[in-house]
Amino acid sequence: MRLLRRYSGRETALAALLLAPSIAVFVAFFYRPFLNLIYWGTFEARRNGAYHESVGLAQYREQLASDEFREGLWHSVQFVLYTVPAGLVLGVLLAVAAHRRLKGIKVFQAIFSSTLASSTAVTSVIFLFLLNPVIGVIQVNWLNDRGMAMFAVALPSIWQNLGLSFVIVLAGLQAVPDEVIEAATLDGYGPVRRLLRITLPLISPVLMFLLVVLVIFGLQAFAQVDIITKGGPVGATETLVFKINRRNRPDNIGIGAVYSVGLFAVTLVVTALQFTLLERRVHYAN
Amino acid sequence: MASVTFEDVSKRYDDVVAVDGLDLAIGDGEFMVLLGPSGCGKTTALRMVAGLEEITAGTLRIGDRVVNDVEPAKRDVSMVFQSYALYPHMTVQRNIESPLLIRRYPVDGPDAPPRKLTRAERQARVDEAARVLDLEPYMARKPAALSGGQRQRVALARAFVGRPLAFLMDEPLSNLDAKLRAQTRLELVDLHRRVETTVVYVTHDQVEAMTMADRIAVMEAGRLQQVATPQQVYEAPANLFVAQFIGTPPMNTLPGTVAAGGVVEVGESRFPLPPGLSTRLEDGRPVVVGVRPEHLALDPAGPITQKVRAVEWLGHECLVFGEMGPSPVVMRQVGMAPHEVGGEIRLGVDPANVHLFDAETTERLP
Repeated sequence: MRLLRRYSGRETALAALLLAPSIAVFVAFFYRPFLNLIYWGTFEARRNGAYHESVGLAQYREQLASDEFREGLWHSVQFVLYTVPAGLVLGVLLAVAAHRRLKGIKVFQAIFSSTLASSTAVTSVIFLFLLNPVIGVIQVNWLNDRGMAMFAVALPSIWQNLGLSFVIVLAGLQAVPDEVIEAATLDGYGPVRRLLRITLPLISPVLMFLLVVLVIFGLQAFAQVDIITKGGPVGATETLVFKINRRNRPDNIGIGAVYSVGLFAVTLVVTALQFTLLERRVHYAN
Repeated sequence: MASVTFEDVSKRYDDVVAVDGLDLAIGDGEFMVLLGPSGCGKTTALRMVAGLEEITAGTLRIGDRVVNDVEPAKRDVSMVFQSYALYPHMTVQRNIESPLLIRRYPVDGPDAPPRKLTRAERQARVDEAARVLDLEPYMARKPAALSGGQRQRVALARAFVGRPLAFLMDEPLSNLDAKLRAQTRLELVDLHRRVETTVVYVTHDQVEAMTMADRIAVMEAGRLQQVATPQQVYEAPANLFVAQFIGTPPMNTLPGTVAAGGVVEVGESRFPLPPGLSTRLEDGRPVVVGVRPEHLALDPAGPITQKVRAVEWLGHECLVFGEMGPSPVVMRQVGMAPHEVGGEIRLGVDPANVHLFDAETTERLP
């Protein structure tokens, strides 16, 4: 209220007018559906979805503790563990390699960032062929191997995320002043020490951003799974979003809603944890 | 401490020659300022000493050692950058300590192998640097929490702490405001007097050069123009470039011809020839006369005539702008000038303050 009082009535009205379109879009397509979702989670399907009965929070308690939900969550976490560290490390290495003044380096920078522009569906199909046990370039049977299937599903995402990581890390590297690196060289820092002790701390805000974004991308993985393995073999690659999608039918939409709210909560907690644990170690230039 | 010697050192990038056959011997403990306009090659020369630029041709020595192919950290020099180049994620303490943590130092005498310093040795050196540069209250802060002057002192402390053979400084004062710059100039001179380490200092600011240097090396277009004490550079510039680069406002340079009776004619004005001119100048030879604004003096019977175009009154002095023949000219006068704009004034000059330059080579006529 104090905030509002600092502005005149005309200013407040104008602000409301200018904010209205975005507020309307957010309410219509985000906040209201989200509230709907929470509400649907309180209904249990009866007679294969012929009608739904309100059971309050009982369904939340039951489904969030179920093995099915935990299995989906574990698969999503596995996917994150395969894609995020690899994405960060490879992105940094590639950006460091391409961050130098050479003739034609822009061509390589464009090539390295191009995976950013490819769609998940296309990438997944390409890898489906690459990894085909009979006609593939890498003739392996990972897609039918319960132990390797998730890794195989993660590969196209690692490849696809590389463009994003590369572009973001490269932008970070370009913002590091040359003189600081030269000062470190004179102080005796070798190339590796310079990277680990000077460059990476200086681009830590960028790495933090990348980490948060990649984790969220990972937790949302669906299309790759749907195209490459359809959740198989024997459910080994059923991520949480994949399971939610399978429940998007009248007979168990309530359970899907519960899973969705669960995934939202997990994403929120993981992101908050990243900020609280890592924020102190991130150096923001003033 | 050591000398720094350039022997015919050049630096070329593709077709561009940044430094062209530089010969310069910087003495042990000397404060040498490399002075010149931007793009003259002074920073490239400094960066070659640091090892941040490769040397295309010639020999560079620090002390007796040829360092052309020695990597930067093994040259035992330290550098202060224009932007200070502090590590923003480290405290002042860590910034200053940083070279000590990584480099090896010949602390056990010249014959023993260099080694890393112990924790106590490191702290002693950091404490000393902090005391000398007045940084003790700020050791736990990060650079972002310091003022420009404090950051500059941290950069100096980091350079100082390794007790290098030479300090290299690249425009270290240019990010400070005018008042702090004047103060830091004095502090740098004082610091140099105490540590007696060789300093190679790059600047485009002639005031810094004049006030701090033992000797100034004036550079232009990759070539050395003159190496001399500030006084010599001011009083006997080696060529027209140096004459016009040093001094505010710069020396007046007026094309003229040698005439009978030991004078140079510039339009209707007559300048006396400097005494002791060893070169014989035949009549009619084209030359360029150089006179500093403060050496022109009002003289109603003087042989020099200046048209007055504008007068700038600066309080303690005034600058009278105008022309002599086709050439612009400035005259400096103590106090307030009553001159009428559009009128003419008559001036005289002491022959000892007249400089002559060859019209073609632009070199000083001895």
